Amino acid sequence: MDAARAASIILRKEVRAEMRTRELLQTTVTFVVIVVVLFSFAFEPSAAEARRYGPGLLWIALLFAGSLMLNPSFAKEQANDTIYALRMAPVSAFSIYLGKMLANLLFLAITEAILLPVFAVLYNVSLWPVIGRLAIILLLGAFGLAVTGTVFSAVATQARMREMLLPLLVLPILIPLMIAAVEATDELLEASPVLDRTWLMVLVAFDIIYFAAAWMLSDYLLEE
Amino acid sequence: MKRSNIAKLIIALLLAFAGYAAFFIAPDEATMHAIQRIFYFHASSGWAAMEGTAIVFFANIAYLRKRTPKWDWLAVSSVEVSLAFWSVVLVTGPIWAHPVWGVWWAWDWRLTLTLVLWILYVCYLILRGLIEDPERRAAASAIFGIFIFVGVPIDYLSIRIWRTQHPQPVLFGGGGMDPRMKAVFFFCSGVLTLLMIILICQRYRLEQLKYEAEELRIAIEERGEPQITQRAKVKV
Repeated sequence: MDAARAASIILRKEVRAEMRTRELLQTTVTFVVIVVVLFSFAFEPSAAEARRYGPGLLWIALLFAGSLMLNPSFAKEQANDTIYALRMAPVSAFSIYLGKMLANLLFLAITEAILLPVFAVLYNVSLWPVIGRLAIILLLGAFGLAVTGTVFSAVATQARMREMLLPLLVLPILIPLMIAAVEATDELLEASPVLDRTWLMVLVAFDIIYFAAAWMLSDYLLEE
Repeated sequence: MKRSNIAKLIIALLLAFAGYAAFFIAPDEATMHAIQRIFYFHASSGWAAMEGTAIVFFANIAYLRKRTPKWDWLAVSSVEVSLAFWSVVLVTGPIWAHPVWGVWWAWDWRLTLTLVLWILYVCYLILRGLIEDPERRAAASAIFGIFIFVGVPIDYLSIRIWRTQHPQPVLFGGGGMDPRMKAVFFFCSGVLTLLMIILICQRYRLEQLKYEAEELRIAIEERGEPQITQRAKVKV
């Protein structure tokens, strides 16, 4: 079977399973909103401070939410041993990984889409004029998060305390992505917003490097 | 005396001489004076740590391809030893920085990159600690190790663009270093590399013994009547 077709079948299965309960999206979106509200209590930012610290806050909230949200991606396949069915399916390990990664990317993008207006209102930052460019950065960031997080979700399923372990594996790996995304978002919230090419390139490079690594190592991810 | 003990003795003597050389043979630095002498062990540990980290990467790849436990033993041994050397770098750095820069820590790119690598390899060891099955543990940590290593260039790039304050490396291209300083530095680097190698060998041997002990334990449980003598002879 064609790898792209197999991946799209896995993707549809993931989306259908999620739409039946909406557990993952409900908890993630609520978590991310709580984090944003807590930051506001912790720092009580003025309008100028909100612009200064907003990008960092936004990305910390997203990375924390992502590192929690990606946990069930492979862990739920173990609950009913459906991981064996996936392994037996006549498709490459990479297409299983790709389907799950795309599903996670979709869920992250939905989370971002809900978080942005909440963030803009609570912190009095006007995002509308830069929404197109901001979307590019948010998607590149979500892609890097989904690529690495899905790999480590598979790695962590085999470990004890996997819910605690995944953030430990994924957050330090994401440091370059975090730096680039925060700096790029920062440039967009300035008085004269620009899409910083350098940081955009770092984001793209991060995504490409880890996607390639995930592709090359995918055969080892699902083995027993 | 056993060969490994002779090697240990030689390295101990070389290490003692390296300490002597750093304090008494290397000339006094013009502006920083005595505090500069920490450099002979700070930078040399950095070299040893980098070499150890490269060994980790090759051992990780070799494990995924060959699937023999010895590559996993080499990987975990090198991670632990290079983590020790990274720790030396992170501790001696601030000791030097406080009198010279006036602060213990600056978020300079070299410091930050070292800290990030240190954190990543600590997480690598935590990951290993949480997986029971030896083969799964080896494969999972090999995947994580490769992810750490392929990320180094992008870590470097992003942190480099983000910050810069560390003194430029004085070895390649940069400024004039007294030939005696250079000689002492290379000597220290060489000795610390030898120290790293012998520590990895020791740690590797320990991992091997652990593995054999586990095999024997399983054999005893399975058969009731173990063939310990025969098995023990095979691997040692």
